[in-house]
Order: sequence, then structure tokens, then C-alpha cells
Amino acid sequence: MKVKAADYLLYDQASKTYRVDPEQAVRDDVEKHHWLHVGRTILKDWRLYLMLVPMILIFLFWRYFPMYELLGCFKVDDTVKTVNEQFFAGFSNFRLLLFGGNNPNMSQEFWRAMRNTFLLSFYGLCFGFPMPIILALFFNEVKSNIARSVLQVMTYLPKFMSTVVMTSLVIMLVKQGSSIGVGNMGILSQGLSAIGLVSKNAAQAGLLNNPAFFRTIYQVSGIWETAGYDSIVFFAAIIAISPTSYEAAQIDGANKWAQMRYVVLPSILSTIVIMLITRIGSLLTIGYEKVILLYNTDTYMTADVVSTFSYRYGMAQGGKVGLASAAEMMNNLVGMLLVIGANTIARKAANTSLY
Amino acid sequence: MKRKLEITELIFKIISYTLLTIFALCCLYPFIYAISAAVSNREAVEYSKIILPPIGLQFEAFSEMFNNNMFWNSYANTLFLTLYGTIWSMLSSILGAYALSKKRLLFRKFFNFFLVFTMWFSAGIVPQYLNYIATGKVFAGMGITDDKWLVVIAMGMQAMNIILLRNAFEGVPSEIEEAAIVDGATETQVLTKVYIPMSKSTIATVSLFFAISRWNGYFWARQMISNSNEHPLQVFLRLRLDQYTDPEFLAGWNKVYAPDSVIYALIVCSIIPILIIYPFIQKYFAKGVNVGGVKE
Repeated sequence: MKVKAADYLLYDQASKTYRVDPEQAVRDDVEKHHWLHVGRTILKDWRLYLMLVPMILIFLFWRYFPMYELLGCFKVDDTVKTVNEQFFAGFSNFRLLLFGGNNPNMSQEFWRAMRNTFLLSFYGLCFGFPMPIILALFFNEVKSNIARSVLQVMTYLPKFMSTVVMTSLVIMLVKQGSSIGVGNMGILSQGLSAIGLVSKNAAQAGLLNNPAFFRTIYQVSGIWETAGYDSIVFFAAIIAISPTSYEAAQIDGANKWAQMRYVVLPSILSTIVIMLITRIGSLLTIGYEKVILLYNTDTYMTADVVSTFSYRYGMAQGGKVGLASAAEMMNNLVGMLLVIGANTIARKAANTSLY
Repeated sequence: MKRKLEITELIFKIISYTLLTIFALCCLYPFIYAISAAVSNREAVEYSKIILPPIGLQFEAFSEMFNNNMFWNSYANTLFLTLYGTIWSMLSSILGAYALSKKRLLFRKFFNFFLVFTMWFSAGIVPQYLNYIATGKVFAGMGITDDKWLVVIAMGMQAMNIILLRNAFEGVPSEIEEAAIVDGATETQVLTKVYIPMSKSTIATVSLFFAISRWNGYFWARQMISNSNEHPLQVFLRLRLDQYTDPEFLAGWNKVYAPDSVIYALIVCSIIPILIIYPFIQKYFAKGVNVGGVKE
């Protein structure tokens, strides 16, 4: 509330002078009292507020302070100085990334990373997102509890393995053949080349050394890792459907497909929408850990995403912190707009929202 | 009419069973293959003769790992990070979530936003890295020179887990808390005697998530822990993988087992603890996947 000096003064008609308004003083007191009240409440309830402290500190130090470091994107890269000492450079890092300027290769590399980020997420949305829903529909058909539990336990398992274990297995399964002898290529490459899905030469050279296969390997291993576990939430939505809905549909003469279309799908739609929002929200936050563990110099063409781009320039090769921050800034801002946008659309269209 | 219905249903059922079985076997196969390859002889591994059962049993690949002190070191380091990391994350999450679940908390909306915003926008890995280095220096100034403690304290906090706990605490009926307060319970006693016992299953689930993410943590452990004696298991595994697929290192290989077997043995060792506790914990999984609980 804004208080003007005139609020305190009242014009007295009789004496033709101004005098102090006593009511304003009271109102002022209440205003002050409000903050006093806040202070008193906190003091009285200090245990409750003390409980918040560790969590707030962790988030402040290790989630919000990095956002301050992110402002390094406006600074010139100078390896010996800290963010505070560096020279303010305006949007030169952004210009360099977006339009090239004096180093066209850099902007080409950035746009390649941008495109790869988008494509990896987009393919994940197309192939990775429907898989858990299909699995859940299938699980619903398995009426024997024991058989279903066994199948579910088997499909959840990969989710609990670390990225390192998963990528190590992938690397070993599709690794290149040695020049001596026939064998020594990974068992999966061997199987794939035997049934003719990949050529013998490509399998021999190692599928992970070939940019053409990176996206497929990334998506297939992603499905292997998460599809089973992600189906839990859809399966929970499906078993919540009351059996009477199916019976009613059956009496109306609905076959299996019609039941899927008119009973199951509408019932799990809100779950699908919410999972879709989460998915779109993380569209640009491709897991850098997995890409860093899987890619190599031969596959930068299709594998290099924005976070690995900034990892290379900001950490691995070092030095270009400002440039790396600028790349991440753009990526994360677009990501945030996507979350908020997807959430707003879902709230308007389907009346469900996550935030 | 009736008959046709049964046929479509039957076909759908057969398709579901077949595809699910195939998918489940595909999920499991790489792990079984890893176990077989770890105990097969050199020829079988190098010429990829193994399909499912091991060929020409040997256990030297395992014993090479077991005789390596670095391996046991890394195991101990992972246990350290998992134990202390989970305790620290759970402690701060439970306390914070309890305070957030209280309607009488002032600025509650602001604190919730403070959490949820970190799910929308993250600074990215390079600023995080700079920040970890800076806080590492602060820690060193305070006398904590062990990088492991920085990993324990700074990493692995997740807003989503706190929200899960907050929602569980909000589900506890307020009458029970009021009764406890009437009986003279303090705030701390209300938390430890009422709220924590009443949301046991969520607490178990969230601790499980924290523990697994600590056990599996790789990237920041590798970036932040400089001393190779302090590396956790995942980092050790990746470094060995790089070493054992390096042609120069393999040039003089003359053992009875293939170098791949050592990698597979290491993979098996690192997943065994998870495989052992997996049957006991898997009933909690469904609990953790809540939908739309973020909204305030």
C-alpha cells in the first residue's frame, strides 16, 4: 500500500488549517502490526520454520545459485576470471551461437546440437510415449495375477539399473568386430546382421560408431529402460475403470475395439494428458548423462545435444563458460516456455493440468 | 453376435500375451547374457558363441575383480554415498515437506513455488559445475576437504520427492494431530509419533528413490571427486570399460578369459545388490508414481 503525505493531513474548515488525521495513524499502526504479527507468528512457531531451513538452503545453494552463474552467458570468456570479475559482453555469445559472426563453425555446431536435441526428444515422444500405454493395455488383458506380476517385475527391472550399467551393456552388445577372426562383434549386432536388419559391414564397424544408428539405439534402449516402469501409471488408471462400464458397452454390442475406443481411452485420457505435459515439459532436457556415455567423435553428427555441446565447451575442453552458458540459457528458456505452454493448453482443452 | 465378440477378445488376448512375453524376455535377456558371458571361456566370448547358457565355465574374470583393491574401494565409496546421501536427503525432505504440509505456514504459496520452479527451469550442467566448484571451495574453507561429503550434501535433492512426501502428510487427518497436541505433544513429537508412522509407505518409497539414484549416480561423482581412490562403483565401471575396450591395452592380452568377461563380471557385481533387494521393494513402486499431485 502506498502512503502519500497528504493521507495524514485533514483540511480543517473552521480554522482553515491542516491537522494530522488520527485515523490514518491507526491504519498505519495496523499495517505495522501486520508485520509484527508475522514476526510473532514465526517466533511462536519457530520449530516449524526451522524445519524448512535445510531444504531452503539446499535449494538456494545448489538450485538457485547456479541460475546466478548462468548469467555468465552475458560475459566474455576469460578463463582466469570469475563470473563477478568478467567483462559484460551483452549478447555477443548469443550472436555467436545463433548467427556465427567471426566463427561460422560454432554456430553450425550449435544449430546441429539444437536440431539433435529436438529430434531425439521428438522421436522419444513419437515412439517412447505410446509404448507404456500399449503395454498397460496388454497388461490389462492378462487376468492371471501371478503371470501379470511376473511379466511386470521383468519389465520394470531395467528402470532400476544405472545409466552406466545400461550404456555399458548397450556398448558391449553392439560393439565392433575385431579385425582378426569372424567373431567378436556384439551379440546384438551379430543377430541383427544375421536377419539382415543391418549390413554386415556396418555391424562389423560397430553400430555406435555410425551416426545413422545413434538415434535408433538411443530410442530403443530408452524404451527398454523405461517403458515397463512408465506403464504403471496407465495400468493404475485402467484398472480403476469400473467393470460395469465394460458390461454396459458389451450389452450395447461393442466389440473389443469399440470398448477400447469408447470405454478405456476416455477413462485414461486425463492421465495421458498429464503424462504428455510432463513429457513435453522435458522435451529439451535430454538426459545428458546417457548421451555423454554413448556418443563418440564419430557420431557427433546425430548425437551431440545442447547439454553435451556446452559440456564440451564449458567443462571437458574448458574455457568457454560464457558460450556454454548462453547455449544452456536458450535451451532451458525454450524448455520452460514449453512446460508452461503445454500446461496452459491442457488446462483450457482437457481441464487437467499438472501445475 | 456373441460368438464374434469372443473371437476378437481371444485374438486380442493371444496378441497381448505373446507380445508382453517377448518384450519381458527382451528386457531381461541382456542381464542374463551378461552373467553367462562373465563366466564363459575366452573362445566362447570372443567368437560370440554364447546364446544363453555359459560355455566352458571359468571364474577367473570374477576373481580378477575380487583381487582388485580398487574394486572394493569403489564398492565402499558407493555404500558411503548411498547411506549418508539417503539419510541426508530424507532428513531435509521430511522436515521441509512436513512444514509445507501445514496450512498455517506463512508464505506457504511462495515456498511451494520456490520448489516447483526448480522443476520448470534448471540452470544446466555448466553453471551447476561452476557452482559445485565454488561451494567445494567454501566447504574446504570450513575444513571439509573430502569431495564425497560435497556429493552427499549438495546433490540428489528432488522437488518431486518432497512434493510426494508433502501430499502424504496432507493426507493425515488433522483430528489425530489435534488429539496429540491436546495430550501435550510438541511439534517434533507430532512429526515423529504421528506423521511419520502414518505415512510409512510413502516414506519407504521416497527413500527407495533417493537410495537408487544415489547408488546409480555417475556424472557428478565423476566430475566432482578427483581422487581415484574415492570413486564410486559406477565411475569405476565406466573407467574399466574404457580401459578394457582400448586396443592398446588389449594388445598383450594372454589370459584364459576374454577382456569382455571382466566388464560383464563388473556389471554383474554392480547390479547384484539391486537384484537382491528388488523383490522386496517392488511392491512400493506403484506408490511413487502419482499423477497431478504437484498442483497446490
